[in-house]
Formats: sequence, structure tokens, C-alpha cells
Amino acid sequence: MSHLPVLIPITLLLSAFLIPLAGYVKRDFAFAIASVGAFLAFAFSLRGLLMVLSQGEIRYHLGGWAPPIGIEYVLDALSAFMAAVVTLIGLVVLIYSRRSVLHEVPQRVVPLYALAMLLLAGLVGIIVTGDLFNLFVFLEISSLSAYALMAIGDDRAPVASFRYLILGSIAGSFYVLGVGFLYFSTGSLNMADVAQRLPALYQSRAVAAAAIFIFIALGLKMALFPLHLWLPDVYTYAPSAVTALIAPIMTKVSAYALIRMLLTVFQPHYLRDMLPVTSVIAWLGAAGILYGSIMAIAQSDFRRMLAYSSVSQIGYIGLGIGLANPLGLIGALLHILNHAFMKACLFLVAGSIRFRTGRWEVSSFAGLGRKMPWTMAAFTVAALSMVGIPPAAGFFSKWYLLLGGIDRGNWFFVATILLSSLLAAVYFFRVLEQVYAGRSEESAFKNVSDPPASMLFPTIILGAGVLVLGLLNSIIVSRILELVVAPLNEPRG
Amino acid sequence: MRERLENSVVEGLSRFLVPFIQIFALYVITHGHYGPGGGFQGGVILAASMMLLRLSLGEEYEHRRFSPTAASFVAAVGILIYAFAGLVPMMFGGRFLDYGYLPIPGLSPAELRYHGILIVESGVGLVVWGTLVTLFDHLLGREG
Amino acid sequence: MSALAGNYTYYITAFLLAIGLYGMIGKKNLLKKLIGMNIFQTAIFLFFIHGAVKPGTTVPVLDSRIGMDAAAYINPLPHVLILTAIVVSVATTGVALALLITIYRRYGSLEETTILERMKQSS
Repeated sequence: MSHLPVLIPITLLLSAFLIPLAGYVKRDFAFAIASVGAFLAFAFSLRGLLMVLSQGEIRYHLGGWAPPIGIEYVLDALSAFMAAVVTLIGLVVLIYSRRSVLHEVPQRVVPLYALAMLLLAGLVGIIVTGDLFNLFVFLEISSLSAYALMAIGDDRAPVASFRYLILGSIAGSFYVLGVGFLYFSTGSLNMADVAQRLPALYQSRAVAAAAIFIFIALGLKMALFPLHLWLPDVYTYAPSAVTALIAPIMTKVSAYALIRMLLTVFQPHYLRDMLPVTSVIAWLGAAGILYGSIMAIAQSDFRRMLAYSSVSQIGYIGLGIGLANPLGLIGALLHILNHAFMKACLFLVAGSIRFRTGRWEVSSFAGLGRKMPWTMAAFTVAALSMVGIPPAAGFFSKWYLLLGGIDRGNWFFVATILLSSLLAAVYFFRVLEQVYAGRSEESAFKNVSDPPASMLFPTIILGAGVLVLGLLNSIIVSRILELVVAPLNEPRG
Repeated sequence: MRERLENSVVEGLSRFLVPFIQIFALYVITHGHYGPGGGFQGGVILAASMMLLRLSLGEEYEHRRFSPTAASFVAAVGILIYAFAGLVPMMFGGRFLDYGYLPIPGLSPAELRYHGILIVESGVGLVVWGTLVTLFDHLLGREG
Repeated sequence: MSALAGNYTYYITAFLLAIGLYGMIGKKNLLKKLIGMNIFQTAIFLFFIHGAVKPGTTVPVLDSRIGMDAAAYINPLPHVLILTAIVVSVATTGVALALLITIYRRYGSLEETTILERMKQSS
């Protein structure tokens, strides 16, 4: 009996509780415990992924109570994959964060690491749980940590975080309402059990209402257009390490929860053919892609540009989920993986620039290509990947999304994906032009060089990872993702 | 709200009521697993008793008797109790939080499950008590 | 009219949800938004409590006269779900109040329009 499904969140939770105790003794202990905890969690998730690929899914009954009475944790291909991605990004960003946090918010180091561990624990809990209400608990744990983390920073951060808090609470409450409808209709909270009992109830309006509430809630947490309004401000004003931690993984875990609802709880047949939920998600995704790209072009603050770019990328994932065919979903899952790496790399670059120059505006980046060569090399790789140029990873996830759109016969989606790649090229190449071809007259750049090794190394790892993921994407798709989308392969009746 | 209320009726009543409130809170915590109540509810009542004292007797006096650091410490102890109740069964062959495997001699697994939840409830009560008092102190505390 | 008699709790829940949403979105004062959030969450708790009730049954505390027949007691599971949700609500309110104190210390006001003006001035 393997304890892995519960060990991953427990390690992170325990380190979250040990950090305040040790950190008040000596501040550096906070970082040490955080790194060890994140590393152990990643090691466990990697082992879990390998075990699931060779032996099949692992189910863990909490407290020894068998479902549907008890809560169970499930590691199957999808959750093991997501857990590995989330813990890896968490580990890399945490290693990066040490110098950046000391530079930007030195008086808040210990609480920041405790909250970051709690955030990761909540996210991993969402991923491994197999119980609907347990998902809500972990959703709120991660959200509360995010609200508090985002508020550390300059003066405008608490206001942005408060708006995020209000909207996030609406989302959490709608989710509970949806789960309540499901519970009162089926009598169970366990995801697999509800999935068994739902087909008899597809005609019921309560189940339809439950589906709509849950999708609004998860869409809001995921920042799917038009529910994305909290995202730009929050990503702009938080400290760089915090944004680098939250931006690549938090919205993606909500997307994972959406996929879990689609695949496991409400079967695809219901959401695609009986209620037009997936079509709505696909159209909103497409709208988000265009809106995010257009708004990103208009930004002069680098972080805000990246935030709107995130809205656009989440649109891609929404489009992939909404297409609800195997290729589309593979595209969405691959994009979750790729975007986590790309966005983390981009925000690490933004943090490095801030660390060395203290500036955020793209217009001030002139000539940085010569002063910070390695950082800008990683930025170039990530930017090319975001635009979708092979062999960087972004090309392959967009390729699968394109195939999914063609498979559906929806040429508008295909056109949207192609158009948005052009738009992404506009705003990324503008930055690249400033960085490599701009003239730097300002004397503020005299002492600028690449950031110290503990910050540079993670940036390069992520940039290299983007290339590696692109080259290895066929292995990832065939070994892992095909397993995940197998339930969608049934013939459409 | 932080200074002592110079009113002997309020002070006297608070001092008189608080022990009863706290005993009631302990009753609520220990009876949570088969009646209304439980860790969270009892913890809130305990915290309310602390808040009553802080409001009526003044911050200075109360912080000497039960300081904010003590509140955080209590919360940490509560979490550790919960964590141990969860992790110890894993070392003895059970799953996480499986009280049937707690190594307490002389009790059958069913009885262990019955009493094991009490350990967790008291842990939760301590956590909630400590956290709410800490929140109260910080929200009303010294500016900056 | 019988539809109203059996379902009046649902109408009250919907009414409170609407009030809470209006508070969160329509009001400009940040503290009123927070109160709206609390009303919204309370409405959801009421919905759960109502769903747990079965006609002709009693409180889920073991009564020796009724025995161990589960059908004679109301469903205690939604009550436990609400307790967890209440804890979450308390924690969220705590975080929100801490944020409001920080905002007030920096901007001197809790009105959204004033804060936005002062943000523009300082940037």
C-alpha cells in the first residue's frame, strides 16, 4: 500500500507549519525548510508518476474508510502528471526566489515562504483529491494563501488582492453551491461514485444547475474570459517571486479541476452533447485568446504585458477543453505543461531585470541583450515558444489545438489560433527588439549584468526546459497524455 | 478599545463569567464527536472568552497574562497534535488519520477510533483558539 | 401556493444570494463589499441546512428511545460541510480585514473611488 498520494500534500503542509517556528530562530532556516519540502514533494510526485505509468492508478483511502463513506486520494495519469508539473515549477521558482525576495521584501521573508508552502500544499491537494468537498477545502487553502501572498508588495498590491479576494470568494461559494446540488441529487461526494450515479439523472435540472455553477466557479478561478478581471492587477503589483510562483501554476490547477469535472464526474457525453457547456467554454476561450493578445500589445509595463499574455494562454487551454475531443484535450494538457515552463521563465526574467535595474517598463530595456546575455537568451527561447515557433514547446501545443479545431470542423477557432500567434509575435518581438537592438544611453545600466547564480540558474533551466519539452513532446503525448484522454475516444453516437 | 474600561460592573462581570465560558468551551470540544459541538466551535468560545478579557481589562494587563506569542504557540501545538494523530498511524501500518492503528494499549480498534477523534478535536480546538486570539491582537494592535 | 410553502427556504436563499452579490459588486465601500460577501456565504449555508432536513425526523443526536435507525434522524453530513465552509468564511474574513487595514493605513479611506484617485496620484 503506497502512501504516495497523501505524502505529497503532507510534506508541503508540514514544511508550511515548520517554517514559522524555525524562521523566528534564524531567517535563513525558512528558505532551507522550504527548499527541502519542495524537493521532497517533487521527488514524491515524480515517483508517483512513474508508478502510475507502470502499474496503473493508485487509490488511497484516508483514515482507512473506504469510499463512498470516506475521502479518497487518487493518483492517475492526469493527477500524477499535474502534480509533477506543479511541484517542479514550485521547486525551481523557490530556488530562484531567495535573492529576489531578500531584495524586494526583506522584512517579510518568513511569512512569505510559509504562505508559499501552504499555497503549494493547497494546489497539490486539489490535484490528488478524489472527493468533491475536499477539493473545495484545498481550493480555499490555496486561494487564501494567494490572497495573502499577492498583498505583500508595493502599495497597490493590497487593493488588487482585495478585488481578487472578493471574486475568488464568489467562485468558492458557487463551487460549494454546485457541489451541494450534486450531493442532494446523488447522495455522494466521491467523484467516482457521483460519476456512476449521474447518468440516470441527466434530465434533472438540479444537475444542470450544478454543472453551470461549478463551471462558473472554476472558470473564475482559471481567469477564463470574461471572468479574468482580477488577473492583470494582481500579477502586476505582487513581488516578482510571488508572481513567478502563482502565475504558471495556480490558474492551471483550476483548469485541471475543470478537466477532472469534464472527464470523470460529468461525463463528456453530458457536457458536450446534452448541455452546451463545452461549446461555451470553447467560445469564451477563443474570445480570451484574442482579447488577451490585443490588450498585451497595448501595455508598456512588462509585467502587465505578461499578465494579459497569461489571459490569452488560458484562453488556449479553455479552447482545448471546450473542443472536448482527444486532440483538443491533448493540446490543452500539453499547453498547461508548456505554459507553466514558459511563463515561469518569463516572470523569472522580469524579476531578474527588476533585481538588476529596478525598472519595469519595456522602453527601459534598451540594450539589455548585451548586458544580461544569459537571461535574455532564456527570454528569447521562452518568447519564441510563446509565439509558437518550432522546435520550442509552444509550437507543439498550438499544433494539437489546431488539429483539434480542424477535427471539429470549426475554422473560426483555427483562424483564432493562427491570428493570435501573429499578435503574440507583435508584442514579444517588440521587447526583443528593444533588448537586442535598442540603444542604451542611460548611465543606470553601467553596473548591470546577469543576476547571481541562484537566480540565473533556474531561469536557464526553465528556458532549456522549454526547448527540451518541445523536442520530447511526442514522448510526453504518447506515454502520458494519450492515457489521460482515453475516455474521450468512445465513438460519438 | 485597547485601554482598560474603567467600569467596575463590566470588569467584575467579565471576571466572573470567563471561567464558566471556558468550562463550557471545554465541554463543547469534548462532546463534539457524538453531539453538537466539536473542535472549531469550542475553540471559538475559548477565543471569545479571551477577547472578553482583553476588551474589559485592557490590553496591557491581559498581554502580560496571555501574550500574543503564547497564542501563536498554542496554535502551533494544536497543529502538531493534529499532525501526529495523522502521521503516527502511518508508522504503525495504517493509513493517514486511521485512528484504529494508534499505539494505545488496552483498547480495541473501534474504541481507538472513538477516542482518536477526540485527540484531533482537542488539537483543532487549540489551533482555532490560538489563531483567533492572534487575529484579534493583530487587527486591534499597535499601528505599524 | 403549495410550491411556495414547500420551497420558501430556496426563495429566501436566492434572495440573500442576490443581496450578497449586489453588495459585493454594486457597493463602492470596501467594507460593504466584505459584508456582502458574508451575506452571500450565509445564504449558501442556509441552503445546505435546508437540504439536510427530512420531514418527521429529529436532531442527529443518538436518542435511546428512537434507537439506531438512521432514517429517524436528519442527515448530519451537510452540517459538517457547512462547519468547514464557516471556518473557510471566517479565515477569508480575517484575511480581508487585514488587507483592509493595510489599505486604510496607506490610502486613508475605504471608498473605492477615493482609493483609485489616490493610486493614480501617487503613480
